[in-house]
Amino acid sequence: MADTIVDSKKQGGLLGKEDMKLLKDPLHSNNPLTIQVLGICSALAVTGSVSKSLVMAVALVFVCAASSLIISLLRNSIPSSIRMIVQLLVIAGLVQIVEIVLGAYAYTAYVELSVFIGLIITNCIVMGRLEAFAMGNNPKQAFLDGIGNGLGYGWILVAMAVVRELFGKGTFMGWEILSPSWYVANNLMVLPASSLFVIGIFIWIQRAVDPELVDKS
Amino acid sequence: MGETLNIFIKAAFIDNMILAYFLGMCSYLAVSKTVKTAVGLGLAVIFVLGITMPINWAINTYLLSDSALVDGINLSFLRLILFIAVIASMVQLVEMIIEKVSPALYNSLGIFLPLITVNCAILGGSLFMVSREYGFTESVSFGLGSGVGWFLAIVAIASIREKLRTADVPPALRGLGIAFIITGLMGIAFMSLAGLNPGDFN
Repeated sequence: MADTIVDSKKQGGLLGKEDMKLLKDPLHSNNPLTIQVLGICSALAVTGSVSKSLVMAVALVFVCAASSLIISLLRNSIPSSIRMIVQLLVIAGLVQIVEIVLGAYAYTAYVELSVFIGLIITNCIVMGRLEAFAMGNNPKQAFLDGIGNGLGYGWILVAMAVVRELFGKGTFMGWEILSPSWYVANNLMVLPASSLFVIGIFIWIQRAVDPELVDKS
Repeated sequence: MGETLNIFIKAAFIDNMILAYFLGMCSYLAVSKTVKTAVGLGLAVIFVLGITMPINWAINTYLLSDSALVDGINLSFLRLILFIAVIASMVQLVEMIIEKVSPALYNSLGIFLPLITVNCAILGGSLFMVSREYGFTESVSFGLGSGVGWFLAIVAIASIREKLRTADVPPALRGLGIAFIITGLMGIAFMSLAGLNPGDFN
């Protein structure tokens, strides 16, 4: 903690080096989707269109950051034997808020995403970060870690959606990019199975660029 | 009877939890390195899905739906919280049973046994049951069917990954990358089963 204060003074900014690391690491070298392989479940099903994946990414950043903050504030008063249940209840409450807000203000997105909003509860990233980080760190760091992991998850999600929507339907968020007059839409990309190929190829590219990340086993 | 059988077959093969909806991928990828542990986890998932589905159905119908408990009060906003509580306690039960019956399996499953709680296939199954408005027998057969489908998928990929150990895969693709791509290929193969119209079984 002392290091953090010195660092932030040196840089003269609000966030020190350590804090920036918390935000940056999950974007590449410790990405929740491609390296930790957490939260694949709900990720793959919503990458068919860019707008759906954006809603999902925003919802996840909110749930991840808010639950990390709350659990970190409560961390000294939670008995370790029931910590899983407490974590689940906090997450479930936050997800319920997201569901109600979406149902009220973005009804089409709410219908499109159907059960996948509820499934944020069982998204391993949220629970994984609470267990691994928020339980042992102060609220500010836990909050930043939550945002970092939410963003790391979100940007891969949106990138996959861009690839799938562009090649599958020739559109980007509903706007026509590749005109049907010369581009024949690749129906494979619309199938759910293609999201597995896309993420497999993302992992391949990432590890080819950065050989340190290659699986040892 | 025919309808119930249809739902079972549809849930196990056509709307397979892993290969069509990608639910329960985390434990699917992490526990599929050997066939033996995959079989153990698959059986546990069948059991938990088969048992939580009717319980959640009863909770949803008699407690949470509109005016079910008290006239004029709709408690459906408690749905997620109650469902996850039922699932967590059932998983705890399964853990105790496996620990007594087979300590070896208990040790090899390790952390993934409690993690069935956050296996999306279980909660997802209950939520699908609500959104598709299944009745009691339908929800039992849907639960068992999705469990069997999950079991088949994880055993299949575990056998493929055991064989892959001797294959020459590019280093950057080893491990997870190739597992994703195989799952995608399996998903496409499973899609051919969609031609199997469950209506023909009537």
